[in-house]
Amino acid sequence: MEIKVNKEKCTGCKICVDVCPAGAIEIQNEKAYINEKCTLCKLCVSECPVNAIEVIGEEKKVSTLDLSKYKGIWFFAEQKKGKLSHVAYELLGISLKLARTLEEEVCGVYFGSKGEDAAKELFSRGADKVYVVEDTSLDEFRQDVYVCLMTELVKKYKPNIVLASATMIGRSFLPQTAARLKTGLTADCTDLAIDPETKLLQQIRPTYGGNLMAKIICENHRPQMATIRPKAVEEAKPVGNRNGTIVRDDFTSFNATCRVDLISKQEVEQTIDLQEAEIIVSGGRGLGDGKNFDMIRKLAKLIGGAVGSSRAAVDAGWIPYPHQVGQTGKTVKPKIYIACGISGAIQHLAGMSTSDYIIAINKDPNAPIFKVANLGIVGDIFEVIPKLIQKLESK
Amino acid sequence: MKYIVCIKQVPDTMDVKVDPETKRIVREGVPSIMNPYDYYAVEEALRLKERFGGTTIAISMGPPQAEAVLRESISLGIDEAYLLSDRAFAGSDTLATSYTLSQAIKKIGDFSIILCGREAMDGSTGQVGPELAEHLEIPVITYVSKIINVAENQMECVRLLEDHYETLKSPLPVLITVIKEINEPRLPSLKGMLKAKKAQIPTWTKQDIGGNDAQFGQDGSPTKVVEIWRPEIKKEGKIVTGEPDELAEILFQELKKLGVA
Repeated sequence: MEIKVNKEKCTGCKICVDVCPAGAIEIQNEKAYINEKCTLCKLCVSECPVNAIEVIGEEKKVSTLDLSKYKGIWFFAEQKKGKLSHVAYELLGISLKLARTLEEEVCGVYFGSKGEDAAKELFSRGADKVYVVEDTSLDEFRQDVYVCLMTELVKKYKPNIVLASATMIGRSFLPQTAARLKTGLTADCTDLAIDPETKLLQQIRPTYGGNLMAKIICENHRPQMATIRPKAVEEAKPVGNRNGTIVRDDFTSFNATCRVDLISKQEVEQTIDLQEAEIIVSGGRGLGDGKNFDMIRKLAKLIGGAVGSSRAAVDAGWIPYPHQVGQTGKTVKPKIYIACGISGAIQHLAGMSTSDYIIAINKDPNAPIFKVANLGIVGDIFEVIPKLIQKLESK
Repeated sequence: MKYIVCIKQVPDTMDVKVDPETKRIVREGVPSIMNPYDYYAVEEALRLKERFGGTTIAISMGPPQAEAVLRESISLGIDEAYLLSDRAFAGSDTLATSYTLSQAIKKIGDFSIILCGREAMDGSTGQVGPELAEHLEIPVITYVSKIINVAENQMECVRLLEDHYETLKSPLPVLITVIKEINEPRLPSLKGMLKAKKAQIPTWTKQDIGGNDAQFGQDGSPTKVVEIWRPEIKKEGKIVTGEPDELAEILFQELKKLGVA
């Protein structure tokens, strides 16, 4: 397949140059020319006002698999120390949404101890079936073992869709699993849907630092696999006492070996989990210095919030990475998000713009953060915040 | 010991400007840069060589222009670099990209540690590292924050998971993806820059690295992008200006209304 410019039609208007995310289009002699940087994304094709950009040689590939043999929506039910993590409920939530169009079973996949408790919890929120591999050693994430178990289960039961959360664990073991199964995997989706006609999984994710959204499909390979960004989708709610089927596979039957040995573990001192926080107060470049985070911490403490930051503040070394909100940090969806001295680069917005209520304080009235703010305060954080702190303290 | 670093050239999209009239990204003058996370991988390879001896090699898959990031890696101290470039690689998803890299790495051969950045700033998938390890049939350790020791065909390192660090021991060869914490990347030296200027960087095509035709480029990519669009930034809230006192009062009242003050 190739993308070519029809030189007769091209008017040299440069629109395609601006839309190309790869910077692959140049104007030569007033005509557009597509160079080797082209990633075949086809964004230029639909944007060209005179339809001068053509896709050549796009052939319809036919799968060698019998796709109809693959049934069911699977999600990896991640646990921490034998207790289901909230991301498992998020995946269940989105799986149930997909099942409404796809009309296939929603199945959890659980590795760890206390499999029965986990399965019951998932049934009570709407899961039809839970595949359980139970062993206390599985409470710890072991890359090689998780890849082995997931690959073998997929081969045995042939699911149509396999989802995991885009946590560090999901992002580590699912790519290797997909490569072993020789199928596609879409990272860090923020939404999923089923095409009502083709019944294919539509995987929606931000790309180019959150500047663009992409819809991705996996037509001819199974399972269709994706990781889902934490906090991007709604958790499944309890629906009362329901029963489901537990399918057990004996851990020893997998013969899973781990090439990497765990020598020791060190807990990270964590005052509060950003993704669980209902209120977040974040500081950015506008703070000018790491010590000014004290003001942010104080404000956060007074209103019972956690402290977040922009990438700029982390890059400057003012605050450690676990506090970073944004495309390359954490995605958060608190009830209240207060951005202090954060301009609102798209990469930051990608991590917080779905918060319920956003307050922004910035002295630049043109800061992009105001575009997502419910309440925008145009003012100097060093004047406004200390006064606010006073009011909060003296109430 | 051979340390191979995989690097990627990315558009410097992180600070893009959007034309307020047309809502299009202003692309003019937006340079292509080395993926910021890859500097940490390059630096760690250099440190491995300094600590334990060996050779450092950088590879990149991309258009001919991607040679620039390989040259930059040489200016930082990398010994050899290879560019994987072929029209047949265009349209690769992470599976095809990792396959292509694996074929080149097999051609280089006899490697001990493969290093990748945690993810690239443009696609942000973080998938190429773990998928590459699978093609090479070697273990992978993601999010590495420290290499403790390399000796007798094994490596000891520390990696970050959501809420804890793990100290792990792996046999060699191994693939690691590294996070910022691992080091502070150096700047290029004058000597390095001169070397980079003169360096020969071979370009390897599909023919050079060999492999199964059906696993390269768009044919070898199970996933397909069917639509791309610009996200809409939705909310239009109220914006207030005024004296610091007034603003603080507005904020205070708002927080009260929200039930937190």
